[in-house]
Amino acid sequence: MSQVQWLRSENFQRMLWPLMALVGILLFNFFFTPGFFHIEIKDGRFFGSLVDIANRAAPVMLLAIGMTLVFATGGVDLSVGAVMAISGAIAATVIRPDYVKGVLEYGEVQSLFLVLSIPLFFSLLAGLWNGLLVAVIGIQPIIATLILMVAGRGIAQLITQGQIVVFIHEPFQYIGSGFLFGLPFPIILVLLTFTVTYLLTRRTGLGLFIEAIGANSIASRFMGIRERMITLSVYIFSGFCAGLAGLIVCADIKAADANNAGLFLELDAIAAVIIGGTMWGGRFTVFGSIVGTLIIQSLTTTILTRGVAPEVTLVFKAFVIILVALIQSEKFRQLFSNRMAGEKVRTS
Amino acid sequence: MDQNNVLIDIKRVSKAFPGVLALDQVNLCLRGGEVHGLMGENGAGKSTLIKVLTGLYPRDTGEILFEGEPFSLSSPQEAADHGLSTLYQEINLIPALSVAENIYIGREPMRFGRIDWKQINGDASLAIRKLDLDIDVTQPVSSYSVAIQQLVAITRALEISAKVLILDEPTSSLDLAEVAQLFKVIRKLKEDGIGILFVTHFIDQVYEITDRITVLRNGAFIGEYETQKLPRIELIAHMLGKDPETFSLEQTAGKTQQEKTKTGQTLLDVKQLERKGSMMAFDLTINKGEVLGLAGLLGSGRTEIARLLFGIDRSHKGTILLDGEETVISSPRKAISHLFAFCPENRKEEGIIEDLTVRENIILALQARQGIFRPLSGRRQSEIADKYIELLDIKTPSDSQAVKNLSGGNQQKVIIARWLATEPRFLILDEPTRGIDVGAKAEIQKLILGLSEDGLAILFISSELEEVIACCDRIAVLRDRKILSELSGEAIEETNIMQVIASKDVNQ
Ligand SMILES: Nc1ncnc2c1ncn2[C@@H]1O[C@H](COP(=O)(O)OP(=O)(O)OP(=O)(O)O)[C@@H](O)[C@H]1O
Ligand SMILES: [Mg+2]
Repeated sequence: MSQVQWLRSENFQRMLWPLMALVGILLFNFFFTPGFFHIEIKDGRFFGSLVDIANRAAPVMLLAIGMTLVFATGGVDLSVGAVMAISGAIAATVIRPDYVKGVLEYGEVQSLFLVLSIPLFFSLLAGLWNGLLVAVIGIQPIIATLILMVAGRGIAQLITQGQIVVFIHEPFQYIGSGFLFGLPFPIILVLLTFTVTYLLTRRTGLGLFIEAIGANSIASRFMGIRERMITLSVYIFSGFCAGLAGLIVCADIKAADANNAGLFLELDAIAAVIIGGTMWGGRFTVFGSIVGTLIIQSLTTTILTRGVAPEVTLVFKAFVIILVALIQSEKFRQLFSNRMAGEKVRTS
Repeated sequence: MDQNNVLIDIKRVSKAFPGVLALDQVNLCLRGGEVHGLMGENGAGKSTLIKVLTGLYPRDTGEILFEGEPFSLSSPQEAADHGLSTLYQEINLIPALSVAENIYIGREPMRFGRIDWKQINGDASLAIRKLDLDIDVTQPVSSYSVAIQQLVAITRALEISAKVLILDEPTSSLDLAEVAQLFKVIRKLKEDGIGILFVTHFIDQVYEITDRITVLRNGAFIGEYETQKLPRIELIAHMLGKDPETFSLEQTAGKTQQEKTKTGQTLLDVKQLERKGSMMAFDLTINKGEVLGLAGLLGSGRTEIARLLFGIDRSHKGTILLDGEETVISSPRKAISHLFAFCPENRKEEGIIEDLTVRENIILALQARQGIFRPLSGRRQSEIADKYIELLDIKTPSDSQAVKNLSGGNQQKVIIARWLATEPRFLILDEPTRGIDVGAKAEIQKLILGLSEDGLAILFISSELEEVIACCDRIAVLRDRKILSELSGEAIEETNIMQVIASKDVNQ
């Protein structure tokens, strides 16, 4: 593709608005927030607002990566926040199995492998449950995943018996607050997940199949695409991403809080996916969802650093989401250009 | 005809899309009490003109007068308010709603502030009977065949009392009897002084029903003609932009191909296949290098046979022998693994994937067969797509155009291309030339015959008898979900087929 063609191409157009929104927010900070772009290197580690934003956004980015694929198949996964809570609760329980029985001293230090693999296994299982309901039984995705959204938090509470399970586990805490190659480990995890997802969808036929299923599942089936298998896998993957995000949060605060871990984050993830330019049933861009998450997070940080009350943050957030979503919508742009065209006709 | 009775006057209207000038200074003048044909090849700009007229697209330049007044719409709703009733090419029914709801949606009769369902259902059955159709109007439209859906959409357009009725290829899925019924209704509306704009690719229908014809070619206005004074061959010449002389030669050249004798081996041997409620037990053999046609009226079971053979519906009884071995075809995926291909009649719902590009739509079936982990390279994809774009003359600015931006006939070609790209052994074509223009239709028929000569087995379904006769070596005639008889060789003749369809079943 020549450069001009690429600039006109659908993919680029889709990315244009989110990127511009992000640049806009960053520019605003460049002028009005002193030291916003300042990055310090201490002990070979990067520090600064930008790193901080990316680090804070990491869990939602993971959710958004999984959500993007689900969205592209024409579904939605409302349960990701609850799955985060479950995953954290299981991790904490694996570390301190007797905590809920009131035994407060530590036993042996659990192997990191178990602390990671058991919660992730159950996250996959949660995804499988959603996938079965949607792809095999045929329940509407909103309703199917709503079940686990509500029940999941209850399950997490059962696991922790309603307590906040605090723990110390150095290797596990590294997941949430360690550094690798100078960057916070959660960012590395996101980069890794993103790369794997990208390669798996765009360097194979999978991405195209997902888009085909989302855009027309009957036609896809008639072409021999395994639409059930793929839909199922996509929900399982979303569950996995949520589990990973849950581990990051849990490891970062060194506690499992079944009530609050991942609360409402499914909404942030959905917003990020929409802002990023993924269609509900059709074209998706995982990179766009990452940008979408960064927009939301940098906006939140900006507002907070400007000393605006946190309650107002939500309103701002809503406003920006509506704005970007509107610009993304083809209908809206058409309406706009129709108006302009109408003017032209009338004045000529 | 009254010269002053001009309802719609379109003057020098242009409309461009990225990479395509869809309308270039087009004129059209529609009078009350006339049926006006709008003709042109696939992608000539017919549907675009209609969409500009009814406010679905804004025009770039030009003027539209409605009863002498300047007229500019910004939405199809406004068009309805002005007395324009439109049936767009892509049937826009809501599959999950009932037939009655679809007919009256947006203008439901109210009673005591509530929707009067009884009246809706009653009115709907009456309305639909005007087209000689007798179906249960409380059933969802998705439970009916494409042809019936088309009739429902026509009924909806007819039920809006309007000054102008616009029909974009209303007859593409209908067979002769239904067309005749529709024309009866149209003639009555014409007497009432309604102006009717009628798009079709069937030359016979144009001459039967229209008074005047406007021809477009590649977005340009070619001319307006009195139907009676325009010989057919000239009309076609205007549409294709070819000299009538050369064209008539080509026509005859295509015809001589028909005579061929084949003694292919059997590919498929179907024995007593049955699906309760959709198809009674039937036998069918399909030979390599042979085109087997299915003929029959609406609802006779043609599509049902196709769906059974392709594994979309499961059979309850019976066996299928593939190359002499018993084979269970339980899903399209299985069928495709045996190198079957199925070009479905419902282009929008079962065929194209609107948001994907032309290239992706063409390579998808092949990619699906190769599986996830053996992706076709970008270069290979373009090669395949470009090959078929050229072979089938698909009009598109590039292979990365979204399929939804193609004209209806070109979308149809994309689906054919998709299945040809899989290089099948057995090709099921269900109304493959639906919405395809005269020139391209002949080309595609030639292509099909050529492929069968190379050993491909083809099951050919079409509501156009002429086409079935022209293409097929054998024809199975169906009625009431049953195969009545099989014709071959000399016996393939329109009168014979009609006789079989009309004959009283001996067993009853
Ligand atoms: N929304 C769109 N975006 C881009 N191009 C378009 C769009 N709609 C139509 N076109 C292009 O405009 C041209 C005219 O299309 P149109 O649908 O009017 O053809 P048509 O005469 O109705 O053909 P057919 O007989 O196949 O229905 C085509 O080349 C088509 O690709
Ligand atoms: Mg058209």
